Amino acid sequence: MPETPPRGAPPSFPLGRLTAIGAVLATLGAGFAYAGGWLSPGRITPGRIVDALSERGGDPTGHRRNHAKGICFTGRFEASGEGARLSTAPMLAAGRYPVVGRFAIGTGDPVAPDASGRVRSMAIRIAAPDGQEWRTGMNNMPVFPVATLEAFYELTLASRVDPATGTPRDPQAVPRFVAAHPEMRAFLGWAGSAPWTPSYAEEDYHALNAFFFVDAAGARRAVRWAVLGTVPPEPRSPAELQALGPDFLGRDLVARLGQGPLRWRMVAQLAGPDDPVDDPTRAWPAEREQVTLGTLVVEQAQPEASGPCRDVNYDPLVLPAGIEPSRDPILLARSPAYAASYLRRQAELGQVPALARGAGAGR
Amino acid sequence: MSGRGFSPLQRGVHWLMAVLILAMLFIGVAMVASASSYVPLVAIHRPLGLALLLLVVLRIGLRWRRGAPPLPVDLPAWQKAAAHASHLALYALMLAMPLLGWAMLSAAGYPVVVVPGFVLPPILPVSPLLYALLRAAHGWLGYLLFLTVLLHLGAALFHALVRRDGVFSAMVRGR
Ligand code: HEM
Ligand code: HEM
Ligand code: HEM
Repeated sequence: MPETPPRGAPPSFPLGRLTAIGAVLATLGAGFAYAGGWLSPGRITPGRIVDALSERGGDPTGHRRNHAKGICFTGRFEASGEGARLSTAPMLAAGRYPVVGRFAIGTGDPVAPDASGRVRSMAIRIAAPDGQEWRTGMNNMPVFPVATLEAFYELTLASRVDPATGTPRDPQAVPRFVAAHPEMRAFLGWAGSAPWTPSYAEEDYHALNAFFFVDAAGARRAVRWAVLGTVPPEPRSPAELQALGPDFLGRDLVARLGQGPLRWRMVAQLAGPDDPVDDPTRAWPAEREQVTLGTLVVEQAQPEASGPCRDVNYDPLVLPAGIEPSRDPILLARSPAYAASYLRRQAELGQVPALARGAGAGR
Repeated sequence: MSGRGFSPLQRGVHWLMAVLILAMLFIGVAMVASASSYVPLVAIHRPLGLALLLLVVLRIGLRWRRGAPPLPVDLPAWQKAAAHASHLALYALMLAMPLLGWAMLSAAGYPVVVVPGFVLPPILPVSPLLYALLRAAHGWLGYLLFLTVLLHLGAALFHALVRRDGVFSAMVRGR
């Protein structure tokens, strides 16, 4: 065998072959552009969702694009061990696990007055010794307003505020949306009737989206978890809350933690056979079995700008083995939207805002 | 060493990685632009990317020990140089991409989950600036890798269909 085989006689001018090569390359390139969404400018990408979230008033630069105003905390999760029969998650085995968390109000404006936050939230990251983590973001309402990504996006667009005037771009947009979306009724019923409290400590927080707990035998059960407050609520009127000043929630938290830790009971509600697993607008019946997973103990608060929660993305799909996501489209959309929001705020904090949208079309 | 062609193992790894890397590039751009498919695609992207890190290390070891057959003697010097430079770029990018993936997740403070229950340690401290830089690098170098693969594929087909000089069959039949 010679070192280099003899050349086959090439055609005098191989136009056909060159065209074929060009066609192969062009097809692959077009496929790549299609996959990356460059050919679908109308698509609701994570980046567009975050663009819309960023336009609801205030300047979110360097902050989360939703739940923008908050306060960090540290504490621990004391697992009862009761969850271990439902899931192999290491932090459900009886024991104590460190927690970094964050309380916030559901706003796009990092300096919004606390009394404007109807929705309040708690996000936690529970760490297991083997490096696995369980992150979850929970809200004080018992149901989510909408059931699909499209509806969420439309509602967010409707909530946009004109930066010049600070008033809604289209004051009729939200009422129009509500009229067309009967699934919002349960949420609106809560927003109109639930008591307003002066404290993060007086609220329950619900994960809303369903997940699956997977036990050692591989059995999967749909669950929704929540943390239930142990401090009796002392409701106030919205006007009374306004009189407490713009930052009463953070002040109240620091004052209470000065007296000692705060506790929440963490429970998992088990779905019945016909309960909706993919729809966070519909609560499951109250009589469904509840398992007490343990106690969340909040020990210390830190300002967000220098606190340990600042660089955490509370992506609800950072899960340990033994907990799996449902197919709920709201849940699945959260992960990429949180990632896009996280990239923006980290790029802004790192003083490289030009990198805030990354390289991808979706960013 | 240089008298032999690519070994069957070298060829096998080349084609396996060719398929997997193209898949990774398509999965990568598709997932970041999709609100509904991101979660299932990332769950493939991460373990596959880390498996490719092991494969590329193996491959570089093979290349080191076994070498590669020489290019045809009548190939113009600039084409030889381009071939060598592009192969070097492909090796460098194949190594850099998974390392960047691992490093950027570390800088963002995510657990680097290979498969549920198995977490790699972080290789960098948590830092907003590092995360922003590495995330951008993972994206732009990903696009550069795709362009380099396109060039490489074009050149391979040029050898196969136009020059018909045995370079293509070196990677198919060994020699
Ligand atoms: C499609 C639906 C949703 C989208 C697009 C969305 C979007 C976002 C974004 C972009 C952030 C900022 C993340 C960051 O920069 O770290 C955020 C924060 C948050 N979201 Fe959502 N969200 C959605 C649904 C939900 C649901 C169903 C819940 C609740 C149960 C929820 C609870 C939270 C909480 C608690 C935070 C604050 C996390 C923290 O304190 O760091 N979100 N959301
Ligand atoms: C051969 C290896 C790899 C290739 C070719 C590759 C390619 C890509 C591409 C093209 C993107 C989209 C970038 C953009 O459009 O901005 C991407 C995103 C991503 N890659 Fe990779 N990747 C590789 C390895 C890895 C590894 C090993 C990890 C993790 C351990 C990883 C994690 C990610 C993540 C998390 C994203 C999305 C980031 C976000 O949502 O902001 N990749 N990758
Ligand atoms: C998709 C179609 C592909 C075809 C048709 C193809 C074809 C070939 C051929 C014919 C060679 C032999 C060149 C020679 O004899 O020097 C080669 C070498 C090589 N290929 Fe590919 N390839 C493809 C994809 C890829 C991909 C995706 C990568 C990596 C990202 C890659 C990386 C390499 C490298 C690094 C070499 C040089 C081997 C060495 O000399 O050490 N190839 N390829």
